[in-house]
Amino acid sequence: MMEWNVDTNEKEMGMATAVSNNKLLEVTDLGVTFKTDEGLVRAVDGISFTAHKGKTLGIVGESGSGKSVTAQSIMRLLPNSAMIDEDSSIAFYRDSGPIEITSLDNRSQKMRELRGGDIAMIFQEPMSSFSPVYTIGNQIMEAILQHRNVSKQEAREIAIDMLDKVGIANPAVRVDQYPFELSGGMRQRAMIAVALSTRPSLLIADEPTTALDVTIQAQILELMRGLKDEFDMSIIFITHDLGVIAQVAQEIVVMYLGKAMERGTAKDVLGNPQHPYTVSLLGAIPKLGTLGGRLTPVGGDIPSPLQRPSGCPFHTRCKQKIEGVCDVDPPGITRVSDTHTVYCYLYE
Amino acid sequence: MIRFVIERFFGMFVTMFFVSIMVFIIMELPPGDYADRYAFRKFSGTGVTVTESDLDNIRAELGLDRPAYQRYFSWIGGILFRFDFGDAFAYETSVNNVLGQRLGLTLAILFSTLIITYLVAIPVGIYAAVHRHSAADYGLTIFSYLGLALPNFLLALILLYISVKYLGSSVGGLFSAEYQDAPWSIAKFVDLLKHLMVPAIVLAWSATAFQIQTVRATMSDEINKLSVTAARARGIPERRLLFKYPARLAINPVVSTMGFDVNRIFSELPIVALVLGLAELGELLIQSYLDLDMFVAGAILLLLTFIIVFMNFLSDIALSFLDPRIKLKG
Repeated sequence: MMEWNVDTNEKEMGMATAVSNNKLLEVTDLGVTFKTDEGLVRAVDGISFTAHKGKTLGIVGESGSGKSVTAQSIMRLLPNSAMIDEDSSIAFYRDSGPIEITSLDNRSQKMRELRGGDIAMIFQEPMSSFSPVYTIGNQIMEAILQHRNVSKQEAREIAIDMLDKVGIANPAVRVDQYPFELSGGMRQRAMIAVALSTRPSLLIADEPTTALDVTIQAQILELMRGLKDEFDMSIIFITHDLGVIAQVAQEIVVMYLGKAMERGTAKDVLGNPQHPYTVSLLGAIPKLGTLGGRLTPVGGDIPSPLQRPSGCPFHTRCKQKIEGVCDVDPPGITRVSDTHTVYCYLYE
Repeated sequence: MIRFVIERFFGMFVTMFFVSIMVFIIMELPPGDYADRYAFRKFSGTGVTVTESDLDNIRAELGLDRPAYQRYFSWIGGILFRFDFGDAFAYETSVNNVLGQRLGLTLAILFSTLIITYLVAIPVGIYAAVHRHSAADYGLTIFSYLGLALPNFLLALILLYISVKYLGSSVGGLFSAEYQDAPWSIAKFVDLLKHLMVPAIVLAWSATAFQIQTVRATMSDEINKLSVTAARARGIPERRLLFKYPARLAINPVVSTMGFDVNRIFSELPIVALVLGLAELGELLIQSYLDLDMFVAGAILLLLTFIIVFMNFLSDIALSFLDPRIKLKG
């Protein structure tokens, strides 16, 4: 079993904070609604989870499940058309005390310090996450100069050092190159270098390996795992790929249409899945050694977010749907064990 | 980089060589030549019968009897080595004398128009894109469609009326009477600016309206790029990141169409100049064609195309600075 409350790598051991546990980021009842021309779209519908220090939290879900919107809410990078619910809370636990991110002004100094400073983010598309008209070094140094009190020359040295750390050969040359002179995998490495150059305590990785081919994907995952320990940080890893999540995450949130269907340690969710959605997702993954059997896809399509199903959002595709129950009222959250919760009537 | 500039510079000369040949062909195209015109002017109504040999004598006198290629080389040679554009027959002086002040005025109007256009269009377009769907954005859009729709000459008349009635500046020309022959001074320069203001605003109006829409459209695209979000996620202040990332690329299409703007200004200038009573090159070009005064026409065409080609050269260089993806090859 994963141990939740054993503090192995607390950043500042001596700091006696009001928070006695090792929480780093606590999201409570996060709800996000988009105003669109077609009407209101409920992208995230009251989800809660906690990222712990030194751990990787995996958020897994299909496209449209609200996982990227969740990440953008934490960074406050949502477009103007999005509204975060009044009663949502995103608490970030700095050593100096907790900060409520939802109550910060989007453009305030404090929010900018958090963004890139305490919480860094990498994106799905390494091809377009760098601006093509500035060198890699310029964009790394920009982050360093913004958050660390160093001279330009020092920033450049840190940038070269970071490129070296993420496994880019010839960093002193690469630092002066433009993004289009680097391959996709190298660019994602460089993006990681940008993110980590400010020594954040939390890294949000939004599908960082989705656009890469499988061998590069494995290298990037390996790199991230190593750097997580070296930099003593936490990761929120967002992906639709359960195979990837199994390799990196210690805790998992399974999202569907803006709801957390199941939460628990990796062992809980992958080894002992409770929710019919999680079960069917796992059934759709090919396994080595069981050639011949057909994969069972999750039946049906994800409903339009404009017409959210009543009750449990998954009931339209669920094989174990209880008629007259699941499609009427939303289920409550049931505890399976201390670390494992599920959002389903089957366990109430 | 230096190599790129040199190659482009050399390319400009190759272009100008072909342009000069085309200009020369255009000069040759109208039926008849200045000898016919000259004889007609001098002897029409006098009862003198002009024979073919008289015409040949006039041609020989004017140097029009030589074969075309010889005339081309002596024309282009004069321009290259002595900066001499030949004789302006109708004015009985050199082309250089005829063009002198008009060229200065045309260039002054051209550059003040360009400066006004870019100074207004770029910041306004960026502002409109950043505040998309706001009242200011809609207001600017209405303004710029008005700018595109209003005919130039009407605007010229309105502004002329305003400037004479309320600003007390004199109509037409480059200088007020008292400064016409005065030595250069601050006051004279201010007077010049006053006179340039109206034609420059008139000409800049539609160009600005057009470029505001261009900048707004590119800026709106660029703002939504992932690289901008990524910069925001690094905690870069909003204003700084807007200028550093999307704005730099948003002015790209403006810079790359600098040559087109010059072209448009040249084609709109004669109408505006006519309304405002300015002695610029376009009007002279038409007159010289009517007179078959081909060296004047050729000099104007050559100068105007040279300015366009040169502006294209500048825009190439500027683009390669703005966007390093543009390959530094000739």
